[in-house]
Amino acid sequence: MTKAHETERRFTLDRRSFIKFATLAGAGGVLPASASAAARVKTPARIVIAGAGAAGLAAASQLAARLDGAKITLIDARKAHFYQPGFTLVASGIKPESYVVTATRDYLPAGVELVEERIAEFDPEGNKVVTESGTAHVYDFLVVATGLTLDYAAIPGMDTELIGSNGLGSIYHSPAKAAATWQAMSEFADRGGVGVFLRPNTEMKCAGAPLKYTFVTEDYLQRRGNRGKAEIVYNANNKSLFSVPIVHEKVRMLFEQRGVKINYERVLAAIDPGRKIATFDTPTGPVEQPYDFINVIPPMRAPDAVRNSPLRWQEGAWAADGWIEVDKHNLRHARFANVFAVGDVAGVPKGKTAASVKWQVPVAVDHLLAQIEGKESMARYDGYTSCPLITRLGQAMLVEFDYKNNLTPSFPGVIAPLEELWISWVMKTMALKPTYISMLRGRA
Amino acid sequence: MKELDPLVFLAVFQEMLGPLLWVMLLLIVGGTVAFVALLLKERRIDSKRLVRAELAGLLGGVLALILMAKVSSSGFTDAGGPADWFLIALVFGLGLAGTAILIYTWAGWRGRRLAG
Repeated sequence: MTKAHETERRFTLDRRSFIKFATLAGAGGVLPASASAAARVKTPARIVIAGAGAAGLAAASQLAARLDGAKITLIDARKAHFYQPGFTLVASGIKPESYVVTATRDYLPAGVELVEERIAEFDPEGNKVVTESGTAHVYDFLVVATGLTLDYAAIPGMDTELIGSNGLGSIYHSPAKAAATWQAMSEFADRGGVGVFLRPNTEMKCAGAPLKYTFVTEDYLQRRGNRGKAEIVYNANNKSLFSVPIVHEKVRMLFEQRGVKINYERVLAAIDPGRKIATFDTPTGPVEQPYDFINVIPPMRAPDAVRNSPLRWQEGAWAADGWIEVDKHNLRHARFANVFAVGDVAGVPKGKTAASVKWQVPVAVDHLLAQIEGKESMARYDGYTSCPLITRLGQAMLVEFDYKNNLTPSFPGVIAPLEELWISWVMKTMALKPTYISMLRGRA
Repeated sequence: MKELDPLVFLAVFQEMLGPLLWVMLLLIVGGTVAFVALLLKERRIDSKRLVRAELAGLLGGVLALILMAKVSSSGFTDAGGPADWFLIALVFGLGLAGTAILIYTWAGWRGRRLAG
């Protein structure tokens, strides 16, 4: 076996371990074999990490643990940390709002400086980032983990203040609005009417969430005996429900079973919350869709400071929304060798989930460390990501896949990826958050 | 973290259970030690006590399933396939065995103390 193969295998174990730990932890599993910690690398390098979400904190923890003498600066204006995989559970009435809110400082590794400011400018030619106060942070290495922005303004008529009222829901906005969306959805489940679900025509975080929420709403209508009084419509942005063809087919079958009406190639163009009418762009022109409940998911783009920087893709599908031009297998910038991007802001196919972060960060960190040491890293990210796709309250499908649309089940033959299982739900509700928090602390 | 590592498990369980993890580990280790010590001292299994402990264990298994349902906002009625039946059996089995051993041990030492 070649060295490259060995490394690939090593990381294959690693990516699968995320789900394995989560599942075994949920099931009360047993302890496997041990591994030894890597020796720390001595360096005076200045490392700036832009963004203190899941990716930024995980990167900070891993760099702090593996470097000795480096000056690591983490920059993020938001003091609160959001456990975003829990937003759908809050919006489904399963968990309270407090379940997803903690503080960034709770996870700040020792020796890492936190600058609580917004980044105004990325200057990769000058090797610095400038914060809103005008302070320049010069770096030897930059890890961009800013996450993305929700472009609600791109939907004429949309007012985020109204989320939770008059049948208007939007689970992505914030923990508070996820809870408000639960109120609106619960009222809908009590009354019935037309429920409208959709996804934006951009890259998005957790592409399974729009589907999950459709399933959960349908289940609540069933449980409350109002399914007969309701029509559920799912408007896909393109010709598919999920980018992985085999998962698309499975979801299509489940939607058919549950009586969810599917429209393809419909993109939310405008909304009138007063009249409760959503307008969708279709290949044959705009279509008005009245609703009693709607889950608005806005277009998602890179934050302005990234979009306006040389870091973004210069051409192609990801240029307009400003995703960062990195190598999809090692997360290193295509034009700036001392810059890496991890998490939602990375311009790579798939991903934009916490599981992607878990798998991307060690690869980027390994390449960064190798560069410091003047070595070459063989670590490689194959696009692995996972989605516990909730299909009803109490059941989920543990969908794991990679860049090639291959299913990559962690427990082949035990937990079937396209089977609706309680164990996958148990994992989502019990074990995923502890695993995620451990990842932030660099312990998983 | 490159490989499956017990420390990762410890980290995840610590996040999941908080201080309760140490209470549980203490109970498991303490219970096992007391159980083995009792067996060594008595050099036999008290079948009457064992049957009572197993009956209590049944209750322990049910309680474990109820607890699991509570914390996962769902229940074993949501089982959808073999992996789920295995999980149910595992949770029930752990609850049963744990309770039975603890009760057997507790009753054994208590009986000895009263007798002594």
